[in-house]
Amino acid sequence: MAVKPHHTLVVLVENKAGVLARVAGLFARRGFNIESLAVAPTDDSRLSRITLAVDAESAPLEQVINQLDKLINVVSIRELAPSESVERELLVVTVNATGETRGQIMDLVRIFDGRVLNVGPDRLMVSMSGGPNRVDDFESLLRPYGIAELQRTGKVALPRLASAGGEVGEF
Amino acid sequence: MKLNGGQALMRSLERQGVEIVFGLPGGAILPAYDPLIDSTIRHVLVRHEQGAGHMAQGYAQATGQPGVAIVTSGPGATNIVTPLCDAYMDSVPLVVITGQVPYAAIGTDAFQECDTTGITMSVTKHNFLVADAQDLPQVIHDAFHIATTGRPGPVLVDIPKCIVDPRNPRSGLEWYEPDGVDLPGYRPRTEPDAGAIAAAAELICAARRPVIYSGGGILKSRAADALMRFAELVQIPVVTTLMNRGGFPDDHPLCLGMPGMHGNYTAVTSMQRADLLITLGARFDDRVTGKVGAFAPDAKIIHLDIDPAELGKVRQADVAIAADCRLGIEALIEAVDALGGAEAQADRRQWHETIADWRRRYPLVYEPTEPGGALKPQFVLEQLRDATPDDTIVCAGVGQHQMWASQYWRFNHPYTWINSGGLGTMGYAVPAAIGAKAGRPDRMVWAVDGDGCFQMTAQELVTANTERIPIKVAILNNAYLGMVRQWQEMFYEERYSEVYLSPDLPDYKGWAEAMGCEAMRIENPDEVRPAIDKANEIDDRSVVIDFRIDTQEKVFPMVPAGASNDDIVLDPSQHPPRP
Repeated sequence: MAVKPHHTLVVLVENKAGVLARVAGLFARRGFNIESLAVAPTDDSRLSRITLAVDAESAPLEQVINQLDKLINVVSIRELAPSESVERELLVVTVNATGETRGQIMDLVRIFDGRVLNVGPDRLMVSMSGGPNRVDDFESLLRPYGIAELQRTGKVALPRLASAGGEVGEF
Repeated sequence: MKLNGGQALMRSLERQGVEIVFGLPGGAILPAYDPLIDSTIRHVLVRHEQGAGHMAQGYAQATGQPGVAIVTSGPGATNIVTPLCDAYMDSVPLVVITGQVPYAAIGTDAFQECDTTGITMSVTKHNFLVADAQDLPQVIHDAFHIATTGRPGPVLVDIPKCIVDPRNPRSGLEWYEPDGVDLPGYRPRTEPDAGAIAAAAELICAARRPVIYSGGGILKSRAADALMRFAELVQIPVVTTLMNRGGFPDDHPLCLGMPGMHGNYTAVTSMQRADLLITLGARFDDRVTGKVGAFAPDAKIIHLDIDPAELGKVRQADVAIAADCRLGIEALIEAVDALGGAEAQADRRQWHETIADWRRRYPLVYEPTEPGGALKPQFVLEQLRDATPDDTIVCAGVGQHQMWASQYWRFNHPYTWINSGGLGTMGYAVPAAIGAKAGRPDRMVWAVDGDGCFQMTAQELVTANTERIPIKVAILNNAYLGMVRQWQEMFYEERYSEVYLSPDLPDYKGWAEAMGCEAMRIENPDEVRPAIDKANEIDDRSVVIDFRIDTQEKVFPMVPAGASNDDIVLDPSQHPPRP
C-alpha cells in the first residue's frame, strides 16, 4: 500500500453531542482529506481526543489547524511528527488458513506479536497492533493467503516521552 | 427564583440589552411568545422568516449591536438559513433563536421537525441545541459572547418546545446570572504581536508604492478613526472594499474608492502596481483579486485580521498579524511613530503623481441620457445622493444596482452602507433597510434595489408600514435580471437566457400602494429630483419609487470573472488603458 504524505493531528475536543460531526463537516466543506480518524474519551471525562491523519497534499497544514481551531468545541490542536510520536494502530483480520498454510500464518502472527482471537475449520481470526508501517507489512504478508474480512482502527498517537514538549491538555 | 424556560429566555435576552427582536411565531416556539408580552423587548412581526434574519443583519450593521431573530422549528428555521449564511460570510453578529419539537420527539420526523443544528452547522459561527432548561441562561450568555467577540458571526440557539412550555415539567429552572462564559475552546486573540508590528512598520516606511487595502474588519472593530489617523500619518492611499464603503471617507484626498470586479480603474490598478499592500481587515476575496496568481504581483503583503485562518488562506503574507483591526492599527501607528512617523516615509511623490494621473484619465463615467432616451441608473443615484442627508443609510440588494450604488454614492461616514457582500443575496435590501431604520430611527434610510431583488422580499414593506418603521425604496427597474443579462451580453454572445422580467408585471406602484406605501413611477430625467424630494418629505410611511431605467446599461469598469485585474474593461467611451 503506497503511503501518502500526511500530518498527524491530535485534537482535544469538548465531549459534547455533535462535535465529531462538526469536525467531519469542516473537513468536507473545506476540501481537506482525512486519511484516518480515531476518537475516544480521555481520562478527563469532559474531553475527547481525536487523532486525525490528514492528507498533506489536500491543504496546507496551517490552514487545517487554523480552521479547526475556529470550531468552538475544539480545545487544543497539536501536530505530531512521526519522529516525535509513538503511533499505534490495531488490525483485526479473518484470513483463510487451510491445513498446509495454517502453520505459515501462525509463524507470521508470532513474528508480528499478533494474537489469535478465533479459530475455525479453515479460517483464523487474528489481531495485531503496531506502528502503521508494521501493520501495513503484516496485512500485505497475509493477503496472499486470502483475506475474508479485515478491519483497521485508524491510528492513535501520543508524543514520544523524550521529546514531549508542552502540555497537551489545558485544563 | 423559579422560572420556566420561556421566561428565562426573555430574561436572558433582556439581560444582554436586547431592545428589539425580529420574528414570526409558530408551533414549537409558541410558548416563548407568551412571556414576550410581559417583556420590555419590542417584537417586529415579519411576513417571512428570511425577512427577520435580514432585518436583524441590517440592525446589527447599522448599530454595531447584535441582531436577534426568533422563529419556529422546521420551515421557520430553514427559511432563516439564507440570512445565517449571509451573516456568516459578512461576519455580522446575530443571535437566532429557533423553536424545536419537544426533546422526546427529536429524531421521529415529527411535524415541523428538522435537524436545525445539523443544517446550520456550516453557516453559523456556532450553534447550540438546548438539552436542559437549566442550561438556558448560560447558553444565551455564551451565544451573545461568541456572536460579538473575535470575528463576529451568527450563532443559533435551538430550543425544544418542552423547555419553554410551562405545562411541561422539563421547563422548570432555578434562575441564575451566568458568571462568565463556559467555553474552554474559545479564546479569540485580539492583541497584536509586537514583533510582527515592528516588522510591518519597517515595510511601511520603506515602501515606494504602498496601498492600504481596507476591508469590512475596519467597521467590525470600530476602527474607522484609527484608519484615518494611520492613513494621514503615513500619507498612503486607501482602497475601501465593498464591505468597507464608508469606513474611510470617499471625499478624503487619500481615498481611492472601491477595488475589485466593478471597482474604479485607479483603485484596481494601484493595487496591481503596488509594492506593498497594507491589508487591514480584508480577506483577498476573489471579487477583489481577480485571478489570484496575477494579483498585485510585485506587492509585499502585510495582512492584519482577527481570524488567523484568513492569514495565508488565499495569499501568503510577508507579515501576518492576527489581531483586532483597531488594536492592530493603533499599534502600527505607534510603531511607525517610533521609526520617525511622517518623516520616516520613503519618497512617494512619483507614486502619488501616477495615481493622480490615473484618476484624471479614468474616472467613473457613463453616457448621459439623450433627449427622449431612457433614464440612466447612474444619474438616478447621483440625484439621490445629492438630495439626501450626508449620513443617510443606503442598503442594497445584489446585482447591477448594488454596484452602481457603491460606485456613485459618496460614503463619508461609517455604517452608512449595508449590503450583502460575500453571499450575494438577492432581496437583501428591503428587510435590511427596515432593520437599519429600526436601529437608527433618527437616520434617513434608502434601499436601492433592483426589480428582480425587490420581487424576492418586497412583502416586508407590509411589516415596515404596520410596525411604523418607514423606509424609502428606489427600484432601478430595467425589467431584467440585469447583472446576468450583462454577462450574457458580454460573455455568452448576447444569447439571453431566462433574464427578462417585464417592467410592468408586477405593477410596482400598485403593489407598493397595496402594501401601504406612497408610490411613484418615474421615467424622465427631469422628474427624478422632484420625486426624491417628495419621498424625503414623507415620514409616516414607506415610499417606493419605480425608476424605469435603460435596460441596456452595463456596469463598468469590469474585470471579467477569472481574468487578471490587468485586463480591466472600461466604459466604451474611455480609451483602452495601457498599464
